Amino acid sequence: MTTTHTSGHLNILRAGPLALLQDSGRFGVRRLGITQGGPADLHAWAWANRLLDNPWGNSVLEITLGGLELQAEHDCQIAICGGDLGATIDQQPAPLWQTIILRRHQILRFRLPISGVRAYLAVKGGFDAAMILGSRSCVTRDGLGGHKGDGSKIGQDDKLYFAAHTPDSLPARQLPESEHPDYSQQALLDLIPGAQIAEFRGDSLYQTFNHGWQVDTRADRMGIRLKGPVLQCHMKTMISEGISLGAVQVPPDGQPIVLLNDRQTIGGYPRLGTLTPLACARLAQCPPGHSVRFRATGLLAAQAEQRRFRSGF
Amino acid sequence: MRKAGMKDHGETLSAGSTLPRLENAGIDAWIIRLFDSIEESNMNWITALMRECEAALGDDLIDLVPSYTTVLVHYDCQQRDALQIRALLSSILSRLQPDEAAENLPIHELPVWYDISVGPELERLSQVSNLGYPQVIQIHSEHLYRVFALGFAPGFAFMGSLPEALELPRLETPRTRVPAGSVAIAGRQTSAYPQASPGGWNLIGRTPVRLFDRDRDGMSLLQVGDAVRFIPVSKEEFIRLGGDPTPVVRDRVQGGVQ
Repeated sequence: MTTTHTSGHLNILRAGPLALLQDSGRFGVRRLGITQGGPADLHAWAWANRLLDNPWGNSVLEITLGGLELQAEHDCQIAICGGDLGATIDQQPAPLWQTIILRRHQILRFRLPISGVRAYLAVKGGFDAAMILGSRSCVTRDGLGGHKGDGSKIGQDDKLYFAAHTPDSLPARQLPESEHPDYSQQALLDLIPGAQIAEFRGDSLYQTFNHGWQVDTRADRMGIRLKGPVLQCHMKTMISEGISLGAVQVPPDGQPIVLLNDRQTIGGYPRLGTLTPLACARLAQCPPGHSVRFRATGLLAAQAEQRRFRSGF
Repeated sequence: MRKAGMKDHGETLSAGSTLPRLENAGIDAWIIRLFDSIEESNMNWITALMRECEAALGDDLIDLVPSYTTVLVHYDCQQRDALQIRALLSSILSRLQPDEAAENLPIHELPVWYDISVGPELERLSQVSNLGYPQVIQIHSEHLYRVFALGFAPGFAFMGSLPEALELPRLETPRTRVPAGSVAIAGRQTSAYPQASPGGWNLIGRTPVRLFDRDRDGMSLLQVGDAVRFIPVSKEEFIRLGGDPTPVVRDRVQGGVQ
């Protein structure tokens, strides 16, 4: 990154397991085999920007499982949304879902997940990074995007730049507590049935929607595997085809995998259908062992829900 | 090559069969399913369909993912309604005409140094197929391939169909690192690795050509629907063209024996 006299920055003192810059994602290039990327929890990501009056699409730091420690080199206005990863500012608990002024030399530290697994740290004006193929989203597997442009995750001694501003002159905002998601509850995931749903055995469909599912340890930004009854599908594999965010594919072992932002562009397993974007966001906050359920929804109802959500931003 | 996909579809794609059809793929995407088997001629319809979708949707098109028998159309659901898009896609399908057959397309010629040092599975391929190296190389390089899909990694082109004589399953244990430019086969397909990555395909040679460059117009040298031929070159020519002749490193066998 080039810096100018108008830049402020944060110094990364300790990197933690995984922290990535994410804007809304990389679009228009999936036909070249390039991954979409973007925030795993769209809901928390969007609110982190909204609280700061940032436009939709500014880049935000997605922090998975905590362990990150940073120091402000300049005063700035920030917001932390999403999972409670035990964030503190100079040892004092940092509030979630509201604007905060982080002063020069203050230390913001994320410890361990208390509720949810991903926190979103936004700064007024968004974090600076080069646009790579139309996006700043960091996809490590593709080696594209992020704070260095090459897909690398946040490392120790890295700097995160933003446009300098005077935080004291900006409005303070918060999301009413009644609107905060409770990630400790069982997650109810809206699923739009897809074309292969009729290929599944009747009892498997019953189990899909009436059994609880458990998040497996094999869960990352590519996809989240669920454990539960073994689903039987008459179709074992398919010719590979484009797959949407939230596609629920069922490989021959009968255990569904929900495909998320860093999924490959094409895939060849039959699918139960597609989760709504808000269901993907909710699932992305579930730690291994967490209980989830599927609920069938209709395409038009799901589209209306998404429009309502987006109209707030 | 056979004439474009008329086999199952009558004179036009919409004539009275269950294909093509539109399948829901979430709140903002439809899958257009054109075919139910992999044929090189499918691509003449798929490239035509992509162009029509781009023209009809304009700025409301977010992404198009073509692949073998389908096109995934990802649109902006803030701007467009699901049923409106479905009607639009149906009308495109009802008047779709295929593009030119592969013989009339520009052909990408990819120079390949076929050699056991950079393509260690030449040996296995020769054993399984009962063909000598020169025959294997001749068969692989004579065929005109189509790009069916890009995926797995930026610029990784799934090409086919590989002649049956060279059909070989994927490696049981994928390599942890396949060098960039490696030319590989698996099943009835062939490809070349744009950058070093893990991979389970059988390596038979290496191309010096840069397959993916994000600063180049179009970024990926190969695009879905393109026609491709591999041209055998000597080691000297491979190096002259900028190729790296470093041999493929054997993965250490588990258990530490070697």
